[in-house]
Amino acid sequence: MSRDIAIIGIGLHPFGRHEGVNAIQMGVKAANLALEDARVPWKDIQFAFAGALEVTQPDSIIKFLGLTGIPFTSIFNGCATGGSLLLNASHAINAGSGDIGIVIGFDKHPRGAFSVGDDMEGIGLGQWYGATGMAMNPQFFAMKTKRYMYDHGITSDCLTRIAMKNFKNGSLNPAAWRRKALDYEAIENSPMVCDPLRQYHFCSPSEGAAAVVVCRADVARRYTTRPIYLRADVFTTRLYGSFETMSPSTPARNVPGPTVQASEAAYEAAGIGPQEIDVAQLQDTEAGHEMMHMAENGFCKDGEQEALVREGATAIDGRIPINTDGGLMANGEPIGASGLRQIYEVCLQLRGDAGSHQIPRDVKTGYTHVYGFPGVSCVTILST
Amino acid sequence: MLPIPLVSSEQVAIQEGLFTWPAESPQLIASKCGDCGEITFPKQDSCPACAGREVEDVLLSQRGTLWTFTVQHFPPPVPFIGQTDRENFEAFGVGYVELPEGIRVEGRLTENDPERLDIGMEMELCIEKFVEDDQGRDVMTFAWRPVAGTGE
Repeated sequence: MSRDIAIIGIGLHPFGRHEGVNAIQMGVKAANLALEDARVPWKDIQFAFAGALEVTQPDSIIKFLGLTGIPFTSIFNGCATGGSLLLNASHAINAGSGDIGIVIGFDKHPRGAFSVGDDMEGIGLGQWYGATGMAMNPQFFAMKTKRYMYDHGITSDCLTRIAMKNFKNGSLNPAAWRRKALDYEAIENSPMVCDPLRQYHFCSPSEGAAAVVVCRADVARRYTTRPIYLRADVFTTRLYGSFETMSPSTPARNVPGPTVQASEAAYEAAGIGPQEIDVAQLQDTEAGHEMMHMAENGFCKDGEQEALVREGATAIDGRIPINTDGGLMANGEPIGASGLRQIYEVCLQLRGDAGSHQIPRDVKTGYTHVYGFPGVSCVTILST
Repeated sequence: MLPIPLVSSEQVAIQEGLFTWPAESPQLIASKCGDCGEITFPKQDSCPACAGREVEDVLLSQRGTLWTFTVQHFPPPVPFIGQTDRENFEAFGVGYVELPEGIRVEGRLTENDPERLDIGMEMELCIEKFVEDDQGRDVMTFAWRPVAGTGE
């Protein structure tokens, strides 16, 4: 893929809670902002992809953008939807379906923990599994975290410092939902949700939208002086044996999860390694997964997280800034939009437009990572 | 003293095919792939490891070691059918128990105090009442129970 695809416009409808605004309206807002940013009128868009969980048919958004006859495809891959949208846009360009297109992610979740819905068979499981209270992502997050801490000698101090860092970043980001920095005690004393994870170690479902306009790299400078190039975009599903959410059983061996496959392939496609990444957005459904994803994405070895986080290596001014916009923890997770929020933030950082949460040095290469049910991951590498 | 019936007629398994029931010594029912030998619980008609279609039922060991665990501190949303009002909700443990067959099986734990659970402790299968159905029958499910004397 290398430098075939460029991002020329980005738009965000801030994540949070927005009474009286529906998911499609947020998607329209993000799409129009991305089009304005790219200085591309809707009539020039040749294809589109949209993703959302809570919207029956995401492509129905088109009537609010313009009925121009373009192919408009809905895609949903759980928490990895954003990465999947961008990957399909890049495939469309490489396949010759058009030179310029848009991807839009949006969602509006009910308050409270995510529910997998009434029907377990719709996700390939027996009803008994959900009926007995085990169809719960937080339990999996907690159990994977617990085992990882046991295997690698990590304490809850690491979890709390990751959460503190993300809420601090959120406090610096005007588009974030949670804009209040939380001190160590507030996090450490928040109610236990699923041991060892407490309330403020978690993100929450939320609402919001993000959109990105992409084009063939060789025409990008017609639209902008600051294109961002897609150097790699890899989507993977789990291999047999990796430990995943909603698994009544798993083989007794330790197989790397889909993130590791996606990450290694992305570095190879981009021809660079993790030491060359200046900013990374990693799936932080909770602090435990940001911790594990640091290693799964190659930014450290297993067990090094506690020292790295304590010395501030992942802070905005650290050696490898992670979740500079506050991540899922400070923004919440509208599933369809979350991956594109990461892309939006990395583009801001690469352009030097992140303002109060801008990394205070040259930022040339960025990394995004999403991960979720049923064991899917998407990694992108972006550069100026 | 009258003999106590092994299983009263008022007890039903939460789902057929999960564990042998009624049985004197219930066991979980898994499938074993005839091609690659991998074991999957609950049983399914194909092998997730090699896509083989020749699978047969196998009964799993009733004892293993706790590989990881957590405690669910808030009532899960639908499709949970247990007690959901916060007043009466009781936190419950969930964990994976590693069995000699080379499989880790997730289940509810009979223990909900994380201080009394440890990775590596010996656990055994038990069948317990989960809820009562609308006909007044006990709906039974499986759970993992610390083997007496192995906890701290």
